[in-house]
Amino acid sequence: MITNKKPRSSDTDSIFMKDDRTEMSEDDDRSPSPNSITHDSSPTRTYTTGSGPGTGPGSSSVPEYLAPCPDQVLENVLENVLLFLTSRKDRNAASLVCRSWYRVEALTRSDLFIGNCYAVSPKRATSRFTRIRSVTLKGRPRFADFNLMPPNWGAHLAPWVSAMALTYPWLEKVHLKRMSVTDDDLALLAESFSGFKELVLVCCDGFGTSGLAIVASRCRQLKVLDLIESEVSDDDVDWISYFPDTGTCLESLIFDCVECPIDFDALERLVANSPSLKKLRLNRHVSMGQLHRLMAQAPRLTHLGTGSFSPSEDVAQGEQGPDYVSAFAACKSIVCLSGFREIIPDYLPAINPVCANLTSLNFSYANVSAEHLKPIISNCHKLQIFWVLDSICDEGLQAVAATCKELRELRVFPFEAREDIEGPVSEVGLQAVSEGCRKLQSILYFCQRMTNAAVVAMSKNCPDLVVFRLCIMGRHRPDHVTGEPMDEGFGAIVMNCKKLTRLAVSGLLTDRAFAYIGKYGKIVRTLSVAFAGDSDMGLKYVLEGCPRLQKLEIRDSPFGDAALLSGLHHYYNMRFLWMSACNLSNQGCQQIAQALPRLVVEVIKHEDNLDMDENVDTLYMYRSLEGPRDDVPRFVSIL
Amino acid sequence: MQRSMAYERHLNLEATELRLGLPGSDEAPEKTSTTPSARSNKRASPEISEESRSKGSSSLSSEVENCEGETAPPAKEQIVGWPPIRSYRKNCLQPRKNDRVDGAGMYVKVSVDGAPYLRKIDLKVYKSYPELLEALEDMFKLTIGEYSEKEGYNGSDFAPTYEDKDGDWMLVGDVPWDMFISTCKRLRIMRGSSEARGFGC
Repeated sequence: MITNKKPRSSDTDSIFMKDDRTEMSEDDDRSPSPNSITHDSSPTRTYTTGSGPGTGPGSSSVPEYLAPCPDQVLENVLENVLLFLTSRKDRNAASLVCRSWYRVEALTRSDLFIGNCYAVSPKRATSRFTRIRSVTLKGRPRFADFNLMPPNWGAHLAPWVSAMALTYPWLEKVHLKRMSVTDDDLALLAESFSGFKELVLVCCDGFGTSGLAIVASRCRQLKVLDLIESEVSDDDVDWISYFPDTGTCLESLIFDCVECPIDFDALERLVANSPSLKKLRLNRHVSMGQLHRLMAQAPRLTHLGTGSFSPSEDVAQGEQGPDYVSAFAACKSIVCLSGFREIIPDYLPAINPVCANLTSLNFSYANVSAEHLKPIISNCHKLQIFWVLDSICDEGLQAVAATCKELRELRVFPFEAREDIEGPVSEVGLQAVSEGCRKLQSILYFCQRMTNAAVVAMSKNCPDLVVFRLCIMGRHRPDHVTGEPMDEGFGAIVMNCKKLTRLAVSGLLTDRAFAYIGKYGKIVRTLSVAFAGDSDMGLKYVLEGCPRLQKLEIRDSPFGDAALLSGLHHYYNMRFLWMSACNLSNQGCQQIAQALPRLVVEVIKHEDNLDMDENVDTLYMYRSLEGPRDDVPRFVSIL
Repeated sequence: MQRSMAYERHLNLEATELRLGLPGSDEAPEKTSTTPSARSNKRASPEISEESRSKGSSSLSSEVENCEGETAPPAKEQIVGWPPIRSYRKNCLQPRKNDRVDGAGMYVKVSVDGAPYLRKIDLKVYKSYPELLEALEDMFKLTIGEYSEKEGYNGSDFAPTYEDKDGDWMLVGDVPWDMFISTCKRLRIMRGSSEARGFGC
């Protein structure tokens, strides 16, 4: 959302309000005296960018210019001051002071952030903010990543890029998350913005290598092309070769999620022609031998994604390969390492030369054991971000805890994402990490079994925790030592971690856990719940107790209409609420829709269950200035 | 509790049944559309794994334990979107074999003691041990015998072995199929009771 306030009709009026300064009642206390003008105007005149009347020193001569002057001066001053405001929150606050400030803020904002692409229309946004250089758009809700939403739900980039093509000719950066982007959208983008510099697509889909080719060839000022966890279709186009042969200003090229093979020679030429390249993350079709050649071309890399990290098929066993250790030793600036998509663990020691400087290491696609990990991790004293597979077991986590004292973020992903296996990591690993990594701020931990004791320990040992996401993969699993629900563990987290803003819960949880969250989770903004709770009370505790709650996603939990209604006072303050496979009925959702006209209440039916029965499969609701969207697929009904 | 008892009964039957390869490895039930096909057969419930596991087991034997429970129906039905891992990540870690880009197949040499020349087979073509062993029996006109975890291959003079990535010679059938596929460099069908038995102790 652009502003923090509740959507009121005056909000929309002010957008279309004419420049009528006599209506600025908030400015009444400032009397337009000539003295103030002469004092104010001269120093500011040199720096103003405004073009209104009354900026000249002749303001003392003609009385009818006096009235507009202080406002114009004020606005000019404001413009110059507000240019320095970068924080979105600060800008939103500034825009609420008065209409003058609102207008000036709108003129000086250069970064547009839209957390929900349906909360506001492209037209409204581009009308209010006319000098935008950078746009961030987020589309689908997160649970869509886990196949909980049928495809083609929406979040299309098309209307946005069309509107921006008309109003933002100087657009430089586009950051998208969970949006549907087509090749045509990319083509329009590439053609419309001559100074385009940065394209970042996170968890997006709908486009292919032909769209990438257009961007590569048309965007001559392109510095950043980052494709992160996006789905890119293989159109049989060798997009890498579309970058200009004469050289690029590329600083960052991330394509590790692109599943299509690339022409290595074209890539090698591109890297050789991109002297500013600092970040390069290769896909799994780049072998170690090829990696070696690329590293020789780009020794100043700071971020490297290593591709497959295994030799190509035609290298015979035992043959003397290139000297990988030297290659890494030559890249003295590497601080962030990832890739290892098809790792042959024997090659892992090659990265030793860079370990001491690493601040970020992503092994989350590397099936390595504790034995493989230990010699490497023992050198990574500066590591702050570590993503890894549970194949390293509790033992591997203990090694991390022993060395990585600066660790801020840890993510442990499961090698086998199933519920019914023993699982290699447990409370032992969590406990060890809590004792060794006291500065931890963010953790995502997948496991099969856990104890309250370990979670409590983490809540006490890691007071800086901002993000705590624990996924006990077996649904409804209690503490495996005591047999108790996991209430106390999560309770301790919200109680002791005073900076916690994001929480994901799992395991066997009663309403008590939610009572704790409602009581202590006063600054929680994002909450994920799955297979938890006993009754409506659980959800009520949260909706009544957490005033900062912005994003709430719930699945398969026994919360019904009564619980939903208890949040009426709060839904306008939230970005969205997702509830799937809960106990909601159409009637309950209708009540919400009627009570809150600025809320869009979407009921999503699963494809195979399109008849309108009383039960609601999935509810997704969000505040919006626009009312029901016009691109609704047939499996969505808006109440 | 009743469900796990049923599993135990079911498990015992399967374990004593005489068949090639790992118990249940030729049963490839499609539980739901959301399971990654490569590993959907491993279904041992936690209770069984705990009970049948020996203390201080290595991860290798734990893989075997899992395989023994393979034929048991799943403890819980696979739920859509759970655990919450993006399918991209799931597919990367458990790749389907036909995703390999080179398309050249996974050909390995097969030698049989006493045979004048070697053959080559494409491991990619087979989905499980019974299929592979049947193909080998066909190709070389011999009988390989019954696999058992404790005694290797009983019932004939031949025992299939393979050389893995580390250069060690292993008995075919001990490790899960996917691990075998990714580590097998060549096959050798050994002959002679004493050598074949050597694997059994």
